[in-house]
Amino acid sequence: MFVINCPYCGERDQSEFSCGGEAHIVRPKQPTELSDDEWAEYLFMRKNIKGVQFERWNHAHGCRKWFNMVRDTSNDKIYAVYKMGEKPPVI
Amino acid sequence: MTKYRINKTRFVDQTKTVSFTFDGKKYHGFEGDTLASALLSNGIHLIGRSFKYHRPRGIMSCGSEEPNAICQINDNTDLTEPNVRATEIELYEGLKASSQNCWPSLNFDIGGINNLISPFLPAGFYYKTFMWPKSFWKKIYEPLIRLSAGLGKSPTQPDPDIYDHKHVHCDVLVIGGGISGIVSAKIAAKNNLKTILIEDKNILGGSTIYQNNKNFIIDNQKSNEWLMNEISELEKLDNLIIKTRTSLAAFHSYNYLLAKENISDHLPLDKKNGSIRQRLWKIRADKVIIAAGAIERPLIFNNNDRPGIILANSVKKYLDFYGVSTGLNNIIFTNNDSAYETAVSLFEKGISVKIVDIRKKSSSNIVKNAVDLGIKIYWNSTVVNTFGYKKIKSIEIMNLSEDGSNVTGNKHKIQCDCLSISGGWTPMVHMHTQSGGKLDFREIDQVFVPSEKSENHINVGSCNGDFELEEIVKNTNNKVKKFLNINEGGFDKISVLCSKETEKKNIWLLPNTISESKTKSFIDFQNDSTAKDIKLALREGFKSIEHVKRYTTTGMATDQGKLSNMHALGIIADTAGVKMGTLGTTTFRPPFTPLTFGAIVGRSVGKFFDIVRKTSIHEWHVQNNAKFENVGQWKRPWYYPINNENLHEAVQRESKAARDSAGILDASTLGKIDIQGSDASEFLNRVYTNAWSKLGIGKCRYGLMLNEDGMVYDDGVTTRLGENHYLMTTTTGGAANVLSKLEDYLQTEWPDLDVYLTSVTDHYSTASICGPNSKKILKKLFPNKDFSDEAFPHMSYQNAIIDKIECRIMRISFTGELSYEINIESKYGKSLWENCIAAGEEYKITPYGTETMHLLRAEKGFIIVGQDTDGTMTPIDLQMDWIVSKKKYDFIGKRSLYRSDTMREDRKQLVGLLTDDPNEILEEGAQIVSELEKKPVEMIGHVTSSYFSPNLNKSIALAVVKGGKKMNGQKLFVPMENKNINVTVSDFIFLDKENKRINA
Repeated sequence: MFVINCPYCGERDQSEFSCGGEAHIVRPKQPTELSDDEWAEYLFMRKNIKGVQFERWNHAHGCRKWFNMVRDTSNDKIYAVYKMGEKPPVI
Repeated sequence: MTKYRINKTRFVDQTKTVSFTFDGKKYHGFEGDTLASALLSNGIHLIGRSFKYHRPRGIMSCGSEEPNAICQINDNTDLTEPNVRATEIELYEGLKASSQNCWPSLNFDIGGINNLISPFLPAGFYYKTFMWPKSFWKKIYEPLIRLSAGLGKSPTQPDPDIYDHKHVHCDVLVIGGGISGIVSAKIAAKNNLKTILIEDKNILGGSTIYQNNKNFIIDNQKSNEWLMNEISELEKLDNLIIKTRTSLAAFHSYNYLLAKENISDHLPLDKKNGSIRQRLWKIRADKVIIAAGAIERPLIFNNNDRPGIILANSVKKYLDFYGVSTGLNNIIFTNNDSAYETAVSLFEKGISVKIVDIRKKSSSNIVKNAVDLGIKIYWNSTVVNTFGYKKIKSIEIMNLSEDGSNVTGNKHKIQCDCLSISGGWTPMVHMHTQSGGKLDFREIDQVFVPSEKSENHINVGSCNGDFELEEIVKNTNNKVKKFLNINEGGFDKISVLCSKETEKKNIWLLPNTISESKTKSFIDFQNDSTAKDIKLALREGFKSIEHVKRYTTTGMATDQGKLSNMHALGIIADTAGVKMGTLGTTTFRPPFTPLTFGAIVGRSVGKFFDIVRKTSIHEWHVQNNAKFENVGQWKRPWYYPINNENLHEAVQRESKAARDSAGILDASTLGKIDIQGSDASEFLNRVYTNAWSKLGIGKCRYGLMLNEDGMVYDDGVTTRLGENHYLMTTTTGGAANVLSKLEDYLQTEWPDLDVYLTSVTDHYSTASICGPNSKKILKKLFPNKDFSDEAFPHMSYQNAIIDKIECRIMRISFTGELSYEINIESKYGKSLWENCIAAGEEYKITPYGTETMHLLRAEKGFIIVGQDTDGTMTPIDLQMDWIVSKKKYDFIGKRSLYRSDTMREDRKQLVGLLTDDPNEILEEGAQIVSELEKKPVEMIGHVTSSYFSPNLNKSIALAVVKGGKKMNGQKLFVPMENKNINVTVSDFIFLDKENKRINA
């Protein structure tokens, strides 16, 4: 169980958080303009990387805020935590 | 003193007698004994029978690695505990232990016949034998295997003991209270670091505490005396917590560790009562120092499993720690110097001892010491056989060939009553690998040692491969200083004198004159796997160590292969001709030693297992005989039986009453989300499929929420309380998820929207009154209010006051009847409810539960999300096209409704089903087919809701059927185990299609 440094609350145990999958997938502004394939790309396709991955996390049992996190999925090393809307760091 | 209690030590209080029973017979030991040392002091070696061959087995070690001496505690009681290691359980007054895996008795065990037929029980016996014929499996093979499976007996009653959890944070956690752990903890604590030291035994000191040998001197004192002083120094330190009887169970990432503390297991029976039994420590440590020590290896030779064959250092511990001799005529069989300490100690107590050493010589101090004492040493020799069925009586030894691969010369027989074996030491790398650390193989003494790269933990002492006293103390001091970034270690100028081993030799499987197939050289003692099993597995094509392990079950017993894994690896490497370092190891998984379920669960048992949510009206339901149903964590009234009614009878009565006069439902559990902000209307437009901008203040609207994939996610009525203020209701089970999903969109996709969400589910209680007389009841409750359809139409809300308390009345309906829902602050819920019941008395107002609610809404064809939908249903599939806005540019899930897949006409669609026999009630979940003769039978759908409707006097059902929209009137079949039920597809609105009752 790792420790996550919530950008609003500070360090908390992982059990307070839930993971929301890959980050920086923007919901298309005009879905009706998209082909089935383009919509499916947004809807279903995720990278699921073994290694450094940009993820969305929610401090579900805390401040309820969503934020982004850079984590190595192979060893759970966390490289960065940053607020929604902030530019992703270069890792 | 008994015959075998030959020595007084400071660790066992021989003035305090403790009585216990083993296999029903009473014995005595002393305070400080383990069950094993007490049994040995009474001359008892035979403790149990082995798993597969039922061979007699005795105590082999003195710790958690014990494979043989596992006992049943409190046998023949409901609360018995199996598989307790006699070497670990501390003796207490009244302890009742029994042997396991033998019948009818330990001394005469019928299962011992397996030993005679053992040539027919090779590795993989079960896999090979129980393959065919298939028909034998259920009736013959499975019962047979179950009979012989498992060790010990499980308790039959719930565990009455109390278990506890404790969360702690510390700067430094030191695992292991041996000499290296003590040195580490002292350095850390002296440097103002908050330190915890855990040790699984009852006292600190490891094996140095009873070393007591003139060859091992620290600062001019014998090592054990020096350590004793260090421990008393340690106990004075303020910022050090010492936890004995506490064993590390797991080392997870980010230095999160679990340790189990035994609190009352060692106490006499009368002192256990009411005490916490075990506590699970959940430790988050900034730095972890692993000082877990090493476990002595056995040697693998023919018949190496007899009672009386004991690891050499354990023999020394029984002698010098517990004062118990494991035999009076000892032979030590070794490949290294450490066993010579045992020999010297035995000799000094006047016990006969001889040594068999596979090496040609050794020139260390301790060996010289033994030679000087005149102890007979058989160099370059190996044991080839042992004798004695229930206790070892003699051994046969032979000389080794030049390269050690064979034996030469004549057999030489030696009498003995105890054979101490030592195959060297295995560093306990479990914690290191659990935390993600890797291992390196050290050729010189054939051990896996931690390959250290972590900044968060280090290994010190013998678990790091430092076996000699001097390197243990000095390396620990230096490593800990560096690790904790400290200048002064406190042991920088220490002088350590010790015997140093220079000659090393290891043979994983010792040679013999007889062929391997006729020997029993045990590797895994508990699971009875032998060297020949491993070789057979290799011949049969298994290559991976993980596969060999599972095929032969080596290392898979309750001891998890602490003694066996290295030899299994060694024999595989030798046989396959590869280097051990390239072979790798099996995975070391937590827990290190078995944990009780009690310790894992802690206090989360019984009513603390999960949160129970009750509405404010709950007490009334209980008093009125409600049967409850769990909906999420909520307890909801299911039905209210009167006079022994069953579910069906009660529901028929309740349903009829709700349509004929008046019914009342506790709807407090529905999720409620308060939505405010200037963009609230726009927000609802985006999350629901229908349009919200034009909803007037004071009006209610039903909404359907989809996932982005177009599938129905939740539904409920939302009321506009003000210009920028809405109250959304959700399904009872979906409330938390809906809130979290809405928050997700607000925070991540639409942060520009000015909207605030608050869960108010618990803030309000809701009484829902329905039926043709409901309006009259409301009038009685609120005499000043105009309830005419013009003043208070369907799908609207008004504020009201009852007993001076403000409430909200929504005229909405989930039953199709004229219906009102009254929301009031939760603390007034019960009072409101009682007022409603009183006002409704003259109309025989009938409380109804969830089952009746489900029936009533099914009559009207209203769906329940999660019952009639399963995450694959779009609103179009549900024939709810009317609620999907065509005008709105976008809402969650909209685009998915136009995907080629969601537009398929043969998707499962919601329909009604009527049974040809109106009294036949379908089973929910039953499959639906259109053709019975065609094989394989194609299942075209399933029943989602099914009831007998008392208002229609016939059975009705909702179902989802492929292409069902176009099948109205079509005959289908519901095949059941004993019959096929004929059904006809119908409209799914069974009652009042014109919606007349809503304004009745």
